Amino acid sequence: MTTPHAQQVSDTLPHEPEKATLEGRNKVLGFWLFLGGEAVLFGTLFATFLALRDQVADGPSAAELFSLPITAAATFILLVSSLTSVFAIQAMHRGNRKSLATWLGVTVVLGLAFLLLEIYEFYEYIVHDDYGMTTSAFSSAFYTLVGFHGAHVLFGILWISILIGQLMKKGLTAVTAPKIYVSAMYWHFIDVVWVFIFTVVYLLGKVV
Amino acid sequence: MAHAHSVKRYKGFMDWITTVDHKKIAVLYLLAGGFFFGIGGIEALLIRVQLAKPMNDFVTAQQFNELITMHGTTMIFLGVMPVIFALMNAVIPLQIGARDVAFPFLNSLGFWTFLFGGLLLNLSWVMGGAPDAGWTAYTPLSSSQFSATHGVDFYTIGLQIAGLGTLIGGINFLATIITMRAPGMSFMRMPMFTWTTFVTSAMILFAFPAITVGLVLLTFDRILGANFFNVELGGNPVLWQHIFWIFGHPEVYILILPAFGVISEVVSTFSRKRLFGYSSMVFATILIAFLGFMVWAHHMFTTGMGPIANALFSIATMLIAVPTGIKIFNWLFTMWGGQITFTTANLFAAGFIPTFVMGGVTGVMLASAPADYQYHDTYFVVAHFHYVIVGGLVLGLFAGLHYWWPKMFGRVLSERLGKWEFWTFIIGFHMTFFVQHFLGLIGMQRRVFTYLPNQGFDLMNLISTIGAFLMGVGVLIFLANVILSFREKKGVAGDVWGDGRTLEWAIPSPPPEYNFKQIPLVRGIDAFWKEKMAGHQEMTPAEPVGPIHMPSPTILPFLMSVGLFIAGLGFMFTNDDFGNSFLNFMFNKYIVVAIGLGLTFLCMLLRSLHDDHGWHIEEEELKDGGVQA
Amino acid sequence: MMKPWKGIKRLLPLLAMSLLLSACGREDLSVLRPQGTVAQGQFDLIILSISIMVVVMLVVFAIAAYVWIRFRRKPGQQEVPKQVEGNFKLEVVWTAIPLVLVLILGVFTVQKIFAYGEDYWNDKNAVRVQVTAHLFWWEFSYPDYGITTAQDMIIPTGKKIALELKTADVLHSFWVPSLAGKTDTNTDGTVNKAWIEAEQEGVYLGKCAELCGQSHAFMEFKVKSVSEESFNAWVESMKAPAVLPEDPAVAEVFRTQCLSCHAVGDQGVPVGPNLTGVGSRETVASILLNAEGSGNAVDTRPVQENMEAWLKDPQKWKPGNRMPDPKEDLGLTDAEIEAIAKYLADYKLSYE
Repeated sequence: MTTPHAQQVSDTLPHEPEKATLEGRNKVLGFWLFLGGEAVLFGTLFATFLALRDQVADGPSAAELFSLPITAAATFILLVSSLTSVFAIQAMHRGNRKSLATWLGVTVVLGLAFLLLEIYEFYEYIVHDDYGMTTSAFSSAFYTLVGFHGAHVLFGILWISILIGQLMKKGLTAVTAPKIYVSAMYWHFIDVVWVFIFTVVYLLGKVV
Repeated sequence: MAHAHSVKRYKGFMDWITTVDHKKIAVLYLLAGGFFFGIGGIEALLIRVQLAKPMNDFVTAQQFNELITMHGTTMIFLGVMPVIFALMNAVIPLQIGARDVAFPFLNSLGFWTFLFGGLLLNLSWVMGGAPDAGWTAYTPLSSSQFSATHGVDFYTIGLQIAGLGTLIGGINFLATIITMRAPGMSFMRMPMFTWTTFVTSAMILFAFPAITVGLVLLTFDRILGANFFNVELGGNPVLWQHIFWIFGHPEVYILILPAFGVISEVVSTFSRKRLFGYSSMVFATILIAFLGFMVWAHHMFTTGMGPIANALFSIATMLIAVPTGIKIFNWLFTMWGGQITFTTANLFAAGFIPTFVMGGVTGVMLASAPADYQYHDTYFVVAHFHYVIVGGLVLGLFAGLHYWWPKMFGRVLSERLGKWEFWTFIIGFHMTFFVQHFLGLIGMQRRVFTYLPNQGFDLMNLISTIGAFLMGVGVLIFLANVILSFREKKGVAGDVWGDGRTLEWAIPSPPPEYNFKQIPLVRGIDAFWKEKMAGHQEMTPAEPVGPIHMPSPTILPFLMSVGLFIAGLGFMFTNDDFGNSFLNFMFNKYIVVAIGLGLTFLCMLLRSLHDDHGWHIEEEELKDGGVQA
Repeated sequence: MMKPWKGIKRLLPLLAMSLLLSACGREDLSVLRPQGTVAQGQFDLIILSISIMVVVMLVVFAIAAYVWIRFRRKPGQQEVPKQVEGNFKLEVVWTAIPLVLVLILGVFTVQKIFAYGEDYWNDKNAVRVQVTAHLFWWEFSYPDYGITTAQDMIIPTGKKIALELKTADVLHSFWVPSLAGKTDTNTDGTVNKAWIEAEQEGVYLGKCAELCGQSHAFMEFKVKSVSEESFNAWVESMKAPAVLPEDPAVAEVFRTQCLSCHAVGDQGVPVGPNLTGVGSRETVASILLNAEGSGNAVDTRPVQENMEAWLKDPQKWKPGNRMPDPKEDLGLTDAEIEAIAKYLADYKLSYE
């Protein structure tokens, strides 16, 4: 077979190590497909949110509830984390393991900061405003959409952290490289989703 | 084993729950699908017994609603889907000249999540009552206010887990067909079954996430007290209908397209002719899939969407008739000028064509919205979708099973019994469902647990019930045929029908673990037929003989699915008072959910941390096996 | 003596006729025997589409039968048939012809969609009826006359009836096959409009067509189309004040136990079905057919017997219905039930 298998190439890593093996290429392709499905998932959540965004019952409306400074800060942090994950992949293509691990670390820290801001936001609504999942159709749609995204961020943080550990222990190989590459794809995806959330949920909520 | 990597190889039961071999997973899918198909069939017979005469009290109204809900849900999600996946798993890697699928681990995970989701759903029968809101689970009927048992929770969570398995399977087959094709097999040289699998998998990828969200919303409404469908606090029940059918309509094409693929293979093989109009068949398949996503609201004409929406969805739906018609005529002209042999597989394919056409034309009739105001939710609709799903898909599956059975198991099913199967099943089928068109037109609405006498319904319902039992006899004969086939000696000729056209017939029956000793070189459509016509006995290899890399077996997918099963069961009892402080603590504080999800995530972690290098089958072993490829 | 086959020969056409007739169904229930403007238009569309489809089916069946017979593999046939790739002309033919057929059907479909989507709610000549579906019964309010009734919807013949439909609980669907197709009754916020029109006087069967729970099968109703004079008389008699049972003890039980959920005339609470003139309805609880009803031919019983049967065990007749059991839950004696049944059976409106 012309395609070398994972264990055979670890000594001479090419420029794009994530595509060095058939397994690696399959993984990247499969992950693109998975993100296609994820896009439909979030699309349906967005549609639900848009259908119910004016149904606030007795609860506060979006304009009364949201505080833009916090979410704007969260948006900025997540956008930067996307950039740092680009730096990480560039480092990987240069074969620089240390730089790669560092940038992944920065990405995780920024992700954590984002998540903390979101937890703080939810905490404020739930505890101070007594505004929960059961308040109205709007609140259900809001918590579900933003919560789904938050859960994705949490999963991404845990995932990339584990990959940093593997990178330190096993080094940059044709096995670890595709994993890091798809985790970066994942991270960009949840970043893009957040941009939509920021626009559709928060900005539009303030305006209309 | 000469190679450095030693790998544990399991035997017996452990082999089955750890296998990542697509051929064994196909058998697992077939067993599980057959099991659920049996349950769904028994439910169907109970329904028909209840409806055999007016004002019957064989089952209660509540039991009847549970039966219809579970019959529909089981048949669609747990009965026919896995049998489709069984055929895909058994055939696709062979048809494209590959040694396995792209993601053997995910393949196994997809099966086990499907199985445990299905088991969870069916546990509802013995845990307080099955779901009773219909397979469409329209809100508010499916809300906790109007369906107070845990039935609908079993539905939402069971389907969620099973659906995850289907989604995984879809991604796997997409990637497999994109990357694993043998050298020379361009997209336009792929066998038709591979094409329909490819398109179906793409539809799964884009349709299933919608139902995932829908089920999440309904679960949150029922368990967390959310208000998506709660009118008092701003929710909207019609939203559920949209989400359900945005998934639900593509789902019916997900079901029928693989049957189209099977019929194309069977008709072509047993006419000894290449498929007529191959490229227009491919085009029609893609067009059907594309239109399939644009027509969901034709299930909602009476919901009150307004004339403009109704008009658009009417026209879009009617247009699907055009590519479907293309397919029908191409099959007919594949047979034209051929030499047709009516093996059992081909009998089922032959039965498929007129039966499916009848289901198709009623589909066009239903597409006309004003007429649909009359057909909607009557037995006319019941007749229509059974004509396309049973008369289309199930006949297609029987054709496929008879056709590929020798390839999967190395044994041929009896042709004599097969003919009995076919005739009892298809006569029973038309008896059951043909009259139902008229029942609907003379005023019998669907999902009624009984009916008053003197409405003109009695005789036709009785005929329908008798037909249903005849279908049951047909299925039992098939089962007997299967059991008897295992008494035969294993191992038939590779090209068992003598006229095999595609790559799977170029290798032994059943295929060795590695499928192809050497990956074949594909030189055209119907690759094996082409070589045979050129006077060759076997495919030209595309690679020298060498050690073959195989993925390692693993128990992790099984355990991950067990974890999801536990978490799902834990989540639905969150608000229950067990009258026992320990159980209350375990369930109400989400401890059981945490244990289940913890197990799943732990397995994912192990999978990530442990590098699976697989193992090799060495050259000598290939020769020792005496395998001819 | 006649030879047996002769008898069969004579019987056959009769048998075929009766099967054909039974396949068309009851005049007051079948889609195939339309009695109203809307149902007639829908029937025409059904006939058009069936005709087109029968032609398509015959073409397919004929080609299929021909190839199955003509191209069977003969014993000893060994030569390989010609491998035909396809035929562009044929592909165009079987793409274009279905497309044209679909367009023909499409034009008529769209035209009728808009015709039946017409809103007559603000039409002065139309009679307005608000339909509210409940588990498992139907409420009909006439906002212009200030009256409410249940189960039997009385309409004047030959006039357009503008409907506004909604539900009080789960989704149902309003269907009178011989007058018009279905319209779902949704929750507040997605209330639907529709219209029907009966061409002749008569009683038409209506059904709930959306799974709504245990007694979905029994959630029937009647549409009774009467002359305009009768309709006006009916409206007047509906407005007349209620007369309670003569026996004061029975009247007391009726007022405290029944009128806490039901209404008669100007009294009571409108939670359950309105009982004004319940004795002259076609049915008790929609499935116990009254012998007095003009739309019922067989399997009927006098209204008083039906009323008694219902009151003695409502769950037996309609499982899952929401009426408290008069005996078990409300503590009524058999004698009281019988007295109330008699009172209700005699509570008739004269308008025909």
